[in-house]
Amino acid sequence: MSFLSYLINGISLGSVYAIIALGYTMVYGIAKMLNFAHGDVIMIGAYVTLTAMTSLMAPTIPAILLAIVVCTVLGVVIERVAYRPLRNATSPLAVLITAIGVSYLLQNIALLVFGANTKSFPSVVQLPALSLAGGNLVISSLTLVTILACIVIMIGLTLFIKKTKAGQAMLAVSEDRGAAQLMGINVNGTIALTFAIGSGLAAIAGVLLCSAYPSLTPYTGSMPGIKAFVAAVFGGIGSIPGAMIGGILLGVIEIFGRAYISSQMADAIVFAVLIVVLLVKPAGLLGKKIQEKV
Amino acid sequence: MAMLEIKDLEVYYGMIQAIKGVSFQVNEGEIIALIGANGAGKTTILHTITGLIAPKKGSVIFEGKDITKVPAHKIVSLGMAHVPEGRRVFAQLTVYQNLKLGAYTRSDKNGIEETLKEVYKRFPRLEERKNQIAGTLSGGEQQMLAMGRALMSRPRIILMDEPSMGLSPILVNEIFDIIQSVSAAGTTVLLVEQNAKKALSIADRAYVLETGNIVMSGEASVLMDDDSIRKAYLGE
Repeated sequence: MSFLSYLINGISLGSVYAIIALGYTMVYGIAKMLNFAHGDVIMIGAYVTLTAMTSLMAPTIPAILLAIVVCTVLGVVIERVAYRPLRNATSPLAVLITAIGVSYLLQNIALLVFGANTKSFPSVVQLPALSLAGGNLVISSLTLVTILACIVIMIGLTLFIKKTKAGQAMLAVSEDRGAAQLMGINVNGTIALTFAIGSGLAAIAGVLLCSAYPSLTPYTGSMPGIKAFVAAVFGGIGSIPGAMIGGILLGVIEIFGRAYISSQMADAIVFAVLIVVLLVKPAGLLGKKIQEKV
Repeated sequence: MAMLEIKDLEVYYGMIQAIKGVSFQVNEGEIIALIGANGAGKTTILHTITGLIAPKKGSVIFEGKDITKVPAHKIVSLGMAHVPEGRRVFAQLTVYQNLKLGAYTRSDKNGIEETLKEVYKRFPRLEERKNQIAGTLSGGEQQMLAMGRALMSRPRIILMDEPSMGLSPILVNEIFDIIQSVSAAGTTVLLVEQNAKKALSIADRAYVLETGNIVMSGEASVLMDDDSIRKAYLGE
């Protein structure tokens, strides 16, 4: 039964990576940039939730909603202030370096506001665990909620992109900004919306992550951020189902690596798998083939 | 009064002046051809009209309104559609999705359905292939899709950039027949073409562009008989 329990835990951790990876992949697909500050938005989301619950005595759900709102606004502000002015910069490195700068800025703001001490994060899911197979397989309610959240987000996002005008506008902008403008699509608005959605999702990921691994510091977001980036590349950056599959596979590999090989080596195994996948499939599992324009 | 008026337009790419003071007019109902060699500045002018490039000097007046500083995404709802060079259909999306994006600024659901029917009637091949991914269409079909997509906004004027590019002579004829029928249905046409012969054959008037300047203009039929035009652009 331990295999099954590792698998479920892996899927759960992978679900968190997947939710973060969605933010990376959408921003990459639509704004054509790597937002390396994305991981730190997770950390801000967790701090906002924690502060709302402990200092403001807010119940769990409103605290999470507040975190989503704060992160959404934060994402839009970061895009507007730091990235948009560089959108037409000659070198794509300019915006990449800026993103790294924003990442450090967020970490240091958190350091100033919340301090360097590790804070313990309360679990946001207070339901009894699910016990299966006569108690041999126990799945925590948090694990189930995390997987469920991931499924709901995936379906919701897919429907949003397929069915709404804003979603179609995102697809159009990701393919051809100029042609999208000729259709009457506001490219800046569409990119801002993408950042808003990605950052809102980061807040949810932050809460789920810190509930499972309940220690919060200003650097909490950086490692999951990098792993989610790996997950996005693994699945094929720019592809939404790719981010999902990449995230979940990464979580499963990490938990299995930790359980069966070595807990110190788990992260190294994750990156080794990435390297192998990219050697075989350079565009990632579901990555689009690079098409020549005729 | 002219429907579209370009006044003393000057456009720079960095230090290089691409358009050196161009003025011309398009009257309602006309087909106007802008002809000239590769690099003469034809595409630049269209991009400036629809706001994809900002001019350094001069103005663009559409139906009496100065639209020089109107951003690109606000142009189409004014009644002006632009079929860009190289078609630029959304290659990963279906034909139907592409057409729906053409009506992005419209919110009249029934009206959009009606326009879609009109577009399918004009381009039966698009209806046959409505669920096909646009990138898998042939060049001629992509050109039809780009035109259909522009018509979905129900424009009063349509700007077309090199619709004949890369197409076989038979398809070129087909595309030009469609341009004429779009014009006959009441849409004003500004046509940019390297294929001067075809362009002059359907245009009412034409302007000849050479390295950023208009060097000649007049009735298309007159230009067609002009010796220098025949030598330089019609390959005779």
